[in-house]
Amino acid sequence: MNTEPAITPELIAKHGITPDEYQRIESILGRAPNFTELGIFSVMWSEHCSYKNSKPELRKFPTTGPGVLVKAGEENAGVIDIGDGWAVAFKMESHNHPSAIEPFQGAATGVGGIIRDIFTMGARPVFSLNSLRFGPISGEGKAAAIQNNRRLFAGVVSGIAHYGNCIGIPTIGGEVYFDESYEGNPLVNVFCLGVLRHEEIARGGAVGVGNPVFYVGAETGRDGLAGAAFASRDLTEESKQDRPAVQVGDPFREKLLLEACLELLASGAVAGIQDMGAAGLTCSTCETASRAGTGVEIDLEKVPKREPGMTPYEIMLSESQERMLIIVTKGQEQIVRDIFEKWDLPYAEVGVVKDDGMMRVCVGDAVVAEIPAHKLAEDAPIYSREATARPAPQALPALPDADPVTALPALLAHPSIASKNWVYRQYDHMVRAGTCVLPGSDAAVFLVREADKILAATSDCNAIYCALDPREGAKIAVAEAARNLACSGARPLAVTDNLNFGNPYKPENFWQLRECVEGLAEACREFGTPVTGGNVSLYNQSPAGAVDPTPTVGMVGLIEKASYITTQSFKKAGDAIILLGEPGHELGGSHYVKVIHGLKAGIPPRLDFAKEKAVQAAVLALIRMGLVRSAHDCSEGGLAVALAECCIGGEELLGAEIDLTGLGSGRVDELLFNESQSRIVISVRRENATAALSLAEWQGIPARRLGFIGGDQLHIKAASGQWSWAVKELRDVWWGSIQRAMEG
Amino acid sequence: MKAAVIRFPGSNCDQDCYYALKHTFGIETEYVWHKEASVEQFDLIVLPGGFSYGDYLRCGAIARFSPVMRSVAIEAERGKLVLGICNGFQILCEARLLPGALIRNRSLHFICEHLHTRIENMETAFSHTEVTKADGKLLTARTGLLLRMPVAHGEGNYTADEATLRELNRNQQIVLRYTDARGAVTDEANPNGSKENIAGIVNRAGNVFGLMPHPERACDPLLGSEDGKLIIQSVIESAGRKTKVSSPISKRS
Repeated sequence: MNTEPAITPELIAKHGITPDEYQRIESILGRAPNFTELGIFSVMWSEHCSYKNSKPELRKFPTTGPGVLVKAGEENAGVIDIGDGWAVAFKMESHNHPSAIEPFQGAATGVGGIIRDIFTMGARPVFSLNSLRFGPISGEGKAAAIQNNRRLFAGVVSGIAHYGNCIGIPTIGGEVYFDESYEGNPLVNVFCLGVLRHEEIARGGAVGVGNPVFYVGAETGRDGLAGAAFASRDLTEESKQDRPAVQVGDPFREKLLLEACLELLASGAVAGIQDMGAAGLTCSTCETASRAGTGVEIDLEKVPKREPGMTPYEIMLSESQERMLIIVTKGQEQIVRDIFEKWDLPYAEVGVVKDDGMMRVCVGDAVVAEIPAHKLAEDAPIYSREATARPAPQALPALPDADPVTALPALLAHPSIASKNWVYRQYDHMVRAGTCVLPGSDAAVFLVREADKILAATSDCNAIYCALDPREGAKIAVAEAARNLACSGARPLAVTDNLNFGNPYKPENFWQLRECVEGLAEACREFGTPVTGGNVSLYNQSPAGAVDPTPTVGMVGLIEKASYITTQSFKKAGDAIILLGEPGHELGGSHYVKVIHGLKAGIPPRLDFAKEKAVQAAVLALIRMGLVRSAHDCSEGGLAVALAECCIGGEELLGAEIDLTGLGSGRVDELLFNESQSRIVISVRRENATAALSLAEWQGIPARRLGFIGGDQLHIKAASGQWSWAVKELRDVWWGSIQRAMEG
Repeated sequence: MKAAVIRFPGSNCDQDCYYALKHTFGIETEYVWHKEASVEQFDLIVLPGGFSYGDYLRCGAIARFSPVMRSVAIEAERGKLVLGICNGFQILCEARLLPGALIRNRSLHFICEHLHTRIENMETAFSHTEVTKADGKLLTARTGLLLRMPVAHGEGNYTADEATLRELNRNQQIVLRYTDARGAVTDEANPNGSKENIAGIVNRAGNVFGLMPHPERACDPLLGSEDGKLIIQSVIESAGRKTKVSSPISKRS
């Protein structure tokens, strides 16, 4: 103890604790904290753990609904009913800062962390998704920056592959975007979903005074020290020195831990369970005690350690991976020992549940920290930050009308739109033998055999829209996720979100956060999809500024019958092609304007909830009637890119004859590349076209026949001209673009 | 007729193999923990894919020292059928139950996708039978038949010295080769750099089979292929014949 540094204003500031917060700590303790306690408060009251700057905003989300079994914020992940006694637990989390500094381990441990969040709930993890954003990997930017963006992209992808493939959880979908705003601060959001029976839901409370507290899993080392606090600061040139704050992952250990924990949970010996993620031992002890209204006392001498000489401060703040805290029903200790010995994993009885509400940390007989658990876990200061609105988006300047013959391939080659096969071929996306729709379609579709349920999942966010109009962009993120599920034949169930923003102390950044949250909340209410949890990542700033506001939406849906599973690619020559929804006209914020004209500008598309819900209902109805052979929504790149993707996205390349002459003689780029919402391209057997059109009409949806599938060209005829592209050439451009950027 | 699915620490296709054997094919199947001493009571031994021991050191290098592997070697010597898929194939090579070795893919990337392989020898215990697909169509083994199955590996690059390759060819031990969609053995269709596009081999006695593709992931039309059924049905029938009990869903008497 006498080697611990004295508490000085400098030391307090270095821990990111303000003078006001320090006073709050003193009044909670009734005395000054010691060094270990200061460290404990600093991580628990970091943004990452306490959401101190975002909590009032997060309360705006709808979190309840008929299917919600465990609500957002109650436990490590929300749980949603999927019928017949089965449920899913899912969540999305970010590992942006670690990945910026050390992409491979940063991304790998992000995957490890989200998987632990899921099996902590008693669920068997069955698949993962990820949403990734980097600076440009091609084009005319600075060569050094592009090189660095490629290094980060390659490192993150191989880190995710390393962890996910080894642990045997398929990575079946997601999204990857490339934009200047992410240069120096990539976004790595990882999603995991698990399944469980209703009665198997595990809780993270330290219940039962006198119950022993076990530490299981990997030994504690000095890695990841205070990672939560690191994640709650801006990234700067000096951040590389924070590399020790990045943890090192061992997916093999986690696989053993996963199997051992599920085996232990099935034995009935577990009274409470919590993973050690951000803020490690600190967070797991005080949160379990706080949830149960009890106290927890642990002895650090008993904690398995990787290296000698670790101080209490280091042990409590370590974020070593692959560790869990388990509260065992007294008398059942032997079951724990037997199972963890079988799996060759370290375990130790480190403490006991008390009735005094304290988190007490000892080293042998000496008490090194003693803090009221509930106040530490729940009484972090809450701030309502100042918000300053950014100027409203301006209409686009006059732009020359580009030649579609070159614009379409250029859009398909842009890495944000191009095929992501270079990425997903590195992920084992077929282990667990349930992947019904391979990566690359509108949503991932997975058959959970044990439950005999087919799930669909997607992650979406168009951050350009959010940068130009955060509220509208956030609403569109939810709408697009729901639309992707509908196109796959699924009924949306619920949402997890990952809010990626800049430093909240800057009023414009906080305004973006608030606008996005309110947009998400409104849209989730409209679509009847409660938010079951998620993650907030602030301080996504590089020296060049904040990232575009990126509220990533992960949405899960249920497909009632295998015959409803629908993919985006055209299936058969001769089929009719139909557009559900209006032809649209909005070019503001589009990828066309960005990629072809180099502008991130304009008024992004407006979302009309009534139209959107109607078009989704119509596509689902048509799918359920067995009329739809393919369905694909229009998103980045508009109608022309959507049609091209339908032609080139499947195993067989198929051309199409498209006639848009009935749509007037306006601007060609507006006709082909506008990104108006609520539009879906479907294909149906020729003999079913009339039925599909009249059904859509009956549902009040504008629908028109665009043409038919056939040939080896995509041929589009409009009032102002006609254009052809060989589908083989479109496919080559689209399929190989990222590989050429990375390996070319 | 009883099948064992060996679980090493880090196996991750164990549940898929178990499901296929037990539920798709209706075979009595048990998991066998790698610390068990014997697999004598089983008629078919499956070494599933995964990352046994995290694939630290080298794929399969530590798993071969698991207690159960001594018994697997004895049973293989006795002629019992052993099927090693992906990491299981790597373990069989490390344990010297199959010749050669599997090294890092030449791209240095993990690769996961559906690929075509061609049956090179329709006489083996693992590649001889006929199965009915969900749509009622028959899939009948013949030399030259293409099977479309997923691969998922970082180290599937099969290599062996020239003498061993000659042996493998001469004895018709090469069961599957990677091909393009038309059945041509080309370098472009080789996903990992394997010598002679080798995707699966049997031992000299013909009772131990290792392959990189995952037949257990290709047994359901919902997943895009049922071609893996041909491999699994073949091995079940062969194991059944050895124990003189016909397999419950055998299509041939």
